Amino acid sequence: MQLTFHVQGGDFTRAGDAASQVKKTLKLLNIDPGITKRVVVALYEAEVNIVAHACRGVITADIDPEQIRLRLEDEGPGIADIEQAMQRGFSTASPKVREMGFGAGMGLPNILENADRLDIDSVVGKGTTLTITVALQ
Amino acid sequence: MTLQEIARLVDGEIVCGAERAQEVIEYGFASDLMSDVLTQKRSNFLLITGLANIQTIRTAEISDAQYILFVRRKKATPDMLKLAADNDMTLIQSPFSMFKAAGILYSAGLKPVY
Repeated sequence: MQLTFHVQGGDFTRAGDAASQVKKTLKLLNIDPGITKRVVVALYEAEVNIVAHACRGVITADIDPEQIRLRLEDEGPGIADIEQAMQRGFSTASPKVREMGFGAGMGLPNILENADRLDIDSVVGKGTTLTITVALQ
Repeated sequence: MTLQEIARLVDGEIVCGAERAQEVIEYGFASDLMSDVLTQKRSNFLLITGLANIQTIRTAEISDAQYILFVRRKKATPDMLKLAADNDMTLIQSPFSMFKAAGILYSAGLKPVY
């Protein structure tokens, strides 16, 4: 099963729509609640990152019997130093993002903690692609 | 303790999900930082927060925190109430500070998530 979502940068009213839809789908598929929470927390953090930092993005969720694979591809500023971005507490978020309760430099580390595998591919000035994999077995 | 008892202890009003007033809550977590909420492994805890926007509801939904206590006189907007109702959540509004509300509920037996 594949689900696709389009995300608009700056649109905080809809940030989390994709994570919410994926959560409802995984519940219908009777996926273990603990695994579901790991998937949707990682997805929500990554979705908020697109809204907070990018112009737009596309999220694809591939659900199969062995794993859930989330791919988040955005058009945006990219990440200049991925190692630095992975440090807990490092953030380039705007005051508006912080007002929404995010931007404390916890998103990427939390995604890593909830994923079985996290791949980040980024080109400065073009965008970032995150691939998050969570095993179901 | 029940949601009804929680509302009474913090001089609060249940503004969404009043039909679940007799549900029993065991754990609570207080934060205005949604990223902190998203690190919690436990489900079905009471989120105590002074951050009132649509992402508070989304974060609670994603974190499996079905119950939110808004402190510092923060009010849920119509959009927040609709999203909360769509997700079977219960919202309580209290005039108390976060420190006071959390202290009262802790003293009354609500457990910390860690």
